[in-house]
Amino acid sequence: MSIAQAASNSNPTLNISIFAAFVLVTLVVVFRASKNSRTAADYYAAGRAFTGPQNGIAISGDYLSAASFLGIAGAIAVNGYDGFLYSIGFLVAWLVALLLVAELLRNTGKYTMGDVLAFRMRQRPVRAAAATSTLAVSFFYLLAQMAGAGGLVALLLGITDKAGQAAVIAIVGVIMIVYVLIGGMKGTTWVQIIKAALLITGAAAITLWVLGRYGFNLSSLLQGAVDKATPAVLDPGLQYGKTAETKLDFVSLAMALVLGTAGLPHILMRFYTVPTAKEARRSVVWAIWLIGIFYLFTLVLGYGAGAIVGPQAIKTAPGGVNSAAPLLADALGGPVLLGFIAAVAFATILAVVAGLTITASASFAHDVYANVIKKGKADPAKEVKVARITALVIGAVAIAGGIFANGQNIAFLVALAFAVAASANLPTILYSLFWKRFNTQGALWSIYGGLAVCILLIIFSPAVSGTSGSMIKGVDFSWFPLPNPGIVSIPVSFFLGWLGTVLSKERDDAKYAEMEVRALTGAGAEKAVAH
Amino acid sequence: MSTVEPDTRPPDAQDWAKVQASPEFADLRRRLRRFVFPMTGLFLVWYLVYVLLADYAHGFMSTKVFGNINVALILGLLQFVSTFAITMLYVRYANKKLDPKAEEIREGIEGGDAQ
Repeated sequence: MSIAQAASNSNPTLNISIFAAFVLVTLVVVFRASKNSRTAADYYAAGRAFTGPQNGIAISGDYLSAASFLGIAGAIAVNGYDGFLYSIGFLVAWLVALLLVAELLRNTGKYTMGDVLAFRMRQRPVRAAAATSTLAVSFFYLLAQMAGAGGLVALLLGITDKAGQAAVIAIVGVIMIVYVLIGGMKGTTWVQIIKAALLITGAAAITLWVLGRYGFNLSSLLQGAVDKATPAVLDPGLQYGKTAETKLDFVSLAMALVLGTAGLPHILMRFYTVPTAKEARRSVVWAIWLIGIFYLFTLVLGYGAGAIVGPQAIKTAPGGVNSAAPLLADALGGPVLLGFIAAVAFATILAVVAGLTITASASFAHDVYANVIKKGKADPAKEVKVARITALVIGAVAIAGGIFANGQNIAFLVALAFAVAASANLPTILYSLFWKRFNTQGALWSIYGGLAVCILLIIFSPAVSGTSGSMIKGVDFSWFPLPNPGIVSIPVSFFLGWLGTVLSKERDDAKYAEMEVRALTGAGAEKAVAH
Repeated sequence: MSTVEPDTRPPDAQDWAKVQASPEFADLRRRLRRFVFPMTGLFLVWYLVYVLLADYAHGFMSTKVFGNINVALILGLLQFVSTFAITMLYVRYANKKLDPKAEEIREGIEGGDAQ
């Protein structure tokens, strides 16, 4: 049997059983976690009762999406070194969160990114802006995850007709909604912890297995990858080195990756689940180690898949590039290991989507409903109810979007999510925390300007029209040459934040004094909920 | 409980301004910024140099150092090493130089609040 047929070698019953076991275990955990969940702080921030290490594991569970597991391993297997470049950007980005954002945000905010951005500004406009960009980032990210689920279904469960795939996407969406509605942040966090443990253990096992085959000699593993492809897989440039435009596009992508992470709302919200800023710091430290080690594993997995399965077999398999890691698991450990990796991949989508949904629902309920509509006078119980309804709506949108986008080339949505996070969110967060003069107009210009520039450039980029791989085929209205807008939108947003600020007379030194003292000392910070 | 105010009664605006103007707080701020700003500049520049090399210096990056291990792989792995190293340095610095100071000032604010 050729390896290209390995997908049909996969045993759907076995895959589904392992995944069902994961769902069952996590549901029990979520139900148990929900018993102590009463207040808004419970629903949004898990009562701020997780420890730094627990939250660090959950952060890695939230961050290591299917894109970074299946996508990076596949990119390395097919494009060699250029796939590795992604993981480095994804990792280095955490230093921005560690040094500049995590602790100060934990000390000044309550539930959402909007809490920090609106701290010393006019509440309603800034919260509305923060919620807009939170919802935008979460939506792009969510859609990309759900659409990826369709391809995964084809690969792992052998379901090839669109209706069957739609049914599986709907089931995944419904399970996710159950997690979020019942478990709130606490339940979601436990799902992420369990998933991260499975993912990292599974990746470690395959990594050791691959290295073992090559006598624990990285150089001979690389030789194996070269033998199946070309020596160029070891060098940078196979994917991004083609033309001047692809090279510039890579610089643009690199900027969005390194500056986007610390602006992702679902990551920022995780810092509120711990009792103190010091625990937030420990969370990030744990996350950096786990994510870094995981990306080292994916380097071995990627080249291992290249060497053992081969790029040709991967590209022609159902699921394409994303099938590299599952095919490698099959080649090494047969259907059982494949089933395990398949279940982990589903769990990954489930956990990431749950994290995004709770973040988006929190932002809508806390920023828009409680502070914009009710002007800060909402009943907390009512606010949580609104959050739950919003989660239901977002879950429905995710299912519909996932079914609609199934099979579409929407890989650019993740790049877009990072670009918006880096352009609309990060400049405003940094200005808010460190620049005394920063004011409402600066925040609004920076958020809306960054968001608008990102979306406009993407719409008029080759990702949407003009090439054979574009989302809309047959027409060409593209004029911006790069699929990644970061290189333009990030500086523009920083500039607009500055310009909007200096053109407005508003400044509130007293509020900045409070914010700065609270940020640096933790005085008056939200305490953990005692049960 | 409203959603904007913290649960505990906060010190008033004058208290915050007084703390912000105090030499202890200025010292804490200087300690924080003296570490995080240069370090952020450093790792961003180092990352950018790496990205530009990977993007525009293919010949140099493809140079084999030993076996199949080339310059690109070594520099990439060094990005991991530097990230882990900066993380550990910051934790040590924060534990030693920031936390005790911050705690002192925080106790001054919250203790003087007589809750």
